[in-house]
Amino acid sequence: MTPATRAVPGRRSRWTGATVAAVEGLTRDVRRLELQFDEAVERSAPGGHVDVLIDVRGRLERRSYSVVEWRGTGRAVIAVKQLTAGRGGSVAMHALVPGDRLTVSRPEHLVGLTLDAPAHLLVAGGIGITALVGMARALAVRGGPLRLLYAVRTREEAPFLDQLRDLLGPRLELHCSAEGRRLTFPAAFADLPPGGLAYVCGPLLMQEAMRVAWEESGREPRHLRSETFGSSGSFPEEAFTVRVPRLGVEIDVPSDRSVLAALQDAGVEMIAECERGECGLCVLPVLAAEGLLDHRDVFLSARQKQAGDVFCTCVSRAVGGALTLDTFDR
Amino acid sequence: MAASFPLDTWYAAAWSHALGAELLAREIAGLRVVLYRRADGRPVALDDACWHRLLPLSMGRLDGEDVVCGYHGLRFDPDGRCVFMPSQETVNPSAHVPARPVVERHGLVWLWPGDPALADPATVPDFGLADHPGWVGPDREYALACGFQLVVDNLLDLTHETFVHASSIGNAAVAEAPFETTHRGTEVSLTRWMTDIDPPPFFAAHLGRPGRVDRWQIIRYQAPATVTIDVGVALTGTGAPQGDRSQGITMQVMHTVTPSTEGTCRFFWKLVRDYSLDDPSLTRRLFEDSETVLAEDKRILEAQQRALEAHPDRAFYDLNIDAAAVWSRRIAEEMIAAEADGPAPTGPLA
Ligand code: FES
Ligand code: FES
Ligand SMILES: [Fe+2]
Repeated sequence: MTPATRAVPGRRSRWTGATVAAVEGLTRDVRRLELQFDEAVERSAPGGHVDVLIDVRGRLERRSYSVVEWRGTGRAVIAVKQLTAGRGGSVAMHALVPGDRLTVSRPEHLVGLTLDAPAHLLVAGGIGITALVGMARALAVRGGPLRLLYAVRTREEAPFLDQLRDLLGPRLELHCSAEGRRLTFPAAFADLPPGGLAYVCGPLLMQEAMRVAWEESGREPRHLRSETFGSSGSFPEEAFTVRVPRLGVEIDVPSDRSVLAALQDAGVEMIAECERGECGLCVLPVLAAEGLLDHRDVFLSARQKQAGDVFCTCVSRAVGGALTLDTFDR
Repeated sequence: MAASFPLDTWYAAAWSHALGAELLAREIAGLRVVLYRRADGRPVALDDACWHRLLPLSMGRLDGEDVVCGYHGLRFDPDGRCVFMPSQETVNPSAHVPARPVVERHGLVWLWPGDPALADPATVPDFGLADHPGWVGPDREYALACGFQLVVDNLLDLTHETFVHASSIGNAAVAEAPFETTHRGTEVSLTRWMTDIDPPPFFAAHLGRPGRVDRWQIIRYQAPATVTIDVGVALTGTGAPQGDRSQGITMQVMHTVTPSTEGTCRFFWKLVRDYSLDDPSLTRRLFEDSETVLAEDKRILEAQQRALEAHPDRAFYDLNIDAAAVWSRRIAEEMIAAEADGPAPTGPLA
């Protein structure tokens, strides 16, 4: 697969080489990786990420990882959680050892951290913490009103917990569901002063719950910022069948593969860009669904998801039966 | 190649009075930004390239506090968040353009082109007399086709007045008088007293009294590009060197230079006086008199830049008179080197 890029002919490539410089286990299923860039690159700002091209069973796929720390010598530190039922990228990332070579994008910034605000609230769910660690550090150094709410199942599964505790002290609130302390909305942001900014990164359902509560409580949508990696939805991943009658195609989508990748494997011509469920380029019409659609994107509106006649192939899935799609070639 | 100017610092973006209800495009330390004001007057700077297809946002329009791109209508709020996309029911949460730290102080809008996390408004250069109620005078802004450091060099060595500005502020005394250069941290100062001299034409006219004078030039450099100069003349023997300037006139010439690219910059100039505060005709005269002086400098500096480009393998030689300029270049180089070492904010996670 050619990596989806926003590169324009004649412009500098966003890709460069990097070497895995260090690997360390942070928790049972989260690994910290240091990637040393081959060339001098602009440093990553808080909230930055790198894209990695990773070999998933013989095929280069693109994944985005937040830069949790930038080291002055052109070294990005990322943390990867192994999702056994994911799209296969994290398993490949966990197989990396020091000295391995990767193609990596220069640091990019999807979510610009706005420093100037009456207060900041960071809300992390699980591995979503990686998108907020750099922001937490920058905001803590700056010293304005700040809270970080960190929702996890158990303490043992919470990477960066000790470091964040050192950094933030009482400004860090751990919400550990195994200990009966769940994160709820709108309670989570009730104390945030008007005009305060919230950044949320975590499972899609958590982000959606927060967004709905945020808007219902009359807060400005633009003051809630989120980062999504398209890796979670409403149902566990399962295998299903996709049919494209117009092309006479019927394919199996394994539980650890995206519809987009499965279609491309089958020779269906697709366009895609973000592969995170944001841009809408990979959206196809749904002709029929035997079961339910697990919309995992943020491109379609609630109304469109409800109607169920279009589908973001890079991240969304079907549950409980086959899915019939149309194609771009129509 | 690393830039020849620091990024983690405040640079003047515009005079406050030049930033009104319109979008203003500027290039600051290699960064193209569009500046405007919020409803409450606070300045905003966004990167001047649309998230979508990079069209300069300065070609779009301001609608309330939002900038609307002139191509496909993406709308960005003052934080740089995209709040509208055409033909879709949602807005991509990643869509934004970086907002840059800006502060308004001393009659200027200052912008920090480097790491926003390091932008501390307390470190804006001291340009305090520019908006001090006890001082008034004209200001100017020029685009110059030369690197910023050449302007700083020029301001830190006023010996050139003798040769470049002979018809106005220069005379032989400047080039003959000894001077003292001192350095502390990121500041340099240079003091030159010319006692018992004939006043050069500009000062003779503004002093308005006959006789020989003591003349001073006390230059303060604040890295990387701000130079304020305390200048004046007082009748000889009336105690100016000892601190009594009552028989003379004092002006503060305030300069700050903003690199645009390697070979271009913007030059902000203001000349304030602490006498005849209510005399707009005097302000006008000072404005007009400065025209000649600044045009003389512009001619030299731009020719010097062309010469630099024509002789890429030739170095500068320094004279004794260049001491302050050498210090300033040293400080700027240290600032640049510190940035190349990477981000400064390190916490317990480092
Ligand atoms: S590629 Fe962007 S939404 Fe699927
Ligand atoms: S380039 Fe700005 S909206 Fe398309
Ligand atoms: Fe001059």
